[in-house]
Amino acid sequence: MTHAIWAEGLVKRFGGTTALAGVDLAVRTGTVLGLLGPNGAGKTTAVRVLATLLQPDAGHATVGGYDVVRQAHQVRQLIGMTGQYASVDETLTGAENLLLIGRLLGVPRAQAKARARELLAQFELTGAAGRAAKTYSGGMRRRLDLAASLVGRPPMLYLDEPTTGLDPRARAELWELIRGMVASGVTVLLTTQYLDEADELADEIVVIDHGRVIATGTPDELKAKAGAQTLAVRPADASHVAVVADVVRELSRGEPEVKGQLVTVPVADPAVLPGVVRRLDDAGVVVTELALRSSSLNEVFLSLTGHAAEEPSEGSES
Amino acid sequence: MTTATIEPRVTVGDGLRQTLTLAWRTIVQVRHNPWELGDYSIQPIMFVLLFTYVFGGAIAGSTGDYLTFALPGIIVMNMLFVTMYVGTGLNTDLTKGVFDRLRSLPIARWAPLAGRILADQVKQAWSIFLLLVVGMILGFRIGTNLAGLLAAVALLLTFALAFSWVSVLVGVLAKDPERVQLFGFTALFPVTFVSNVFVRTDTMPGWLQAWVKLNPVTHLADAARGLMVGGPAADSVVWSLVWAAAIVAVFAPLSVYALKRRV
Ligand SMILES: Nc1ncnc2c1ncn2[C@@H]1O[C@H](COP(=O)(O)OP(=O)(O)O)[C@@H](O)[C@H]1O
Ligand SMILES: [Mg+2]
Repeated sequence: MTHAIWAEGLVKRFGGTTALAGVDLAVRTGTVLGLLGPNGAGKTTAVRVLATLLQPDAGHATVGGYDVVRQAHQVRQLIGMTGQYASVDETLTGAENLLLIGRLLGVPRAQAKARARELLAQFELTGAAGRAAKTYSGGMRRRLDLAASLVGRPPMLYLDEPTTGLDPRARAELWELIRGMVASGVTVLLTTQYLDEADELADEIVVIDHGRVIATGTPDELKAKAGAQTLAVRPADASHVAVVADVVRELSRGEPEVKGQLVTVPVADPAVLPGVVRRLDDAGVVVTELALRSSSLNEVFLSLTGHAAEEPSEGSES
Repeated sequence: MTTATIEPRVTVGDGLRQTLTLAWRTIVQVRHNPWELGDYSIQPIMFVLLFTYVFGGAIAGSTGDYLTFALPGIIVMNMLFVTMYVGTGLNTDLTKGVFDRLRSLPIARWAPLAGRILADQVKQAWSIFLLLVVGMILGFRIGTNLAGLLAAVALLLTFALAFSWVSVLVGVLAKDPERVQLFGFTALFPVTFVSNVFVRTDTMPGWLQAWVKLNPVTHLADAARGLMVGGPAADSVVWSLVWAAAIVAVFAPLSVYALKRRV
């Protein structure tokens, strides 16, 4: 089995909304696939279909070779899932949450307790093990949630926006934990709307928007596809921003993004740089910054979808 | 990686064991939050005290006499309110994502719901016990025998089990747990009051009597009264069971359908 998770033509509609409009994806065993897209793109829906929580309206998917619809019970034995919203029982303690899952999985009590202790130590929750989960901080809750999805040592792990809403430190800690799990051989399907997160963790990225796959590749391939580099120009005079935008649009044939006085555009060919310099010079524009650098995934996203990745607060339909 | 053998399906025995584990969860919740136990202890005690001392003298002459008439009905009414905890708990699981986590585990499809309902039967048994004790302290007398009492409790628990499906439906449809409780009060109060729980049917206007005679609460209260205090019980026991069956027949499929739609 080279593909741990494989999906073809997944369609899911909710009333008039098409959450998935024919999604294909494949995750090689032992790798991390980043499912990247803005709020409402269909990431959670895709994960829920692959986790047997939702039945697709069309298309099919297998996990470990088992069909997610017809062999759902088998699939459930292979997966661990951490939902977008930490799904721990808030009234139970951290230790009890993990014990509960161990017991449900049929692990004898003593072993389930030992496994809970082991996970709590691994996720640095030993000190809070006896406290109700509702007293946990956001980062602790996510760690407990992650621990809960690992009780049965699943070979496949779904992480739906695991770091959304966490502060940078908690986020970095969680990244470290995820890397550790990948190193131990777990196949991971990770959804995120943070482009740097996909860049950090994923071996391969599938970009989705409005329920459709709009690009697939390694982080480097995607950057190459959308323009390997980004040209950034900052005119000294704010009134020149429009002129700069026109010039870079014409020469790069990309749509520039303007942020304050900084104009950026993805470029495929570094040879545009001399042309831009000449044209700006002719137009009498003085620049304080002119640089060619590797694209961030944010810029990649912009050039792939034609719109910027929205902030989580906007379009808060999910 | 330890790759355990993949089972093709879950056995009924496994499902029952999982149900017990999930019911254990609810019991642990109570242990952590004894105030919750207070919620369904204080309310029934208040009911007994209020009805005994506010209505008791006026309706039956003495509080002991009134309690002997009203306590079985108060237990029925309280039982209906306690069933609402099934819906509140389920709704909390649904809104917090716990239900999704459970559904992603290789366990019986029916175990999460069964565990929830089973655990609440423990709460039911507790509040029935509490009401009987308080009632007896205030002058309620069992007029039959232990067998009658146990039969009454068994009937009440059976009806509670059936009525839990109404609660499940409300729990699935409600937006948040508070609304489940709100429904409990706005819908259950009229149903329980327009019965023979607090006053005898023959004191009411005729049009009201028609509904009172149909009301399952009336039949259940009559049955409980007959079994605990004495008097005819067979008819009302049968009617209570018919009602219980009818409620399950309507609300179990509706609940399961609504749950499938929601998740
Ligand atoms: N249960 C549901 N009922 C109705 N619409 C839904 C439901 N779940 C998701 N949607 C809609 O489907 C689209 C995709 O949602 P989702 O998969 O949650 O996106 P993401 O996780 O990428 O933010 C959104 O437009 C969302 O409003
Ligand atoms: Mg989502």
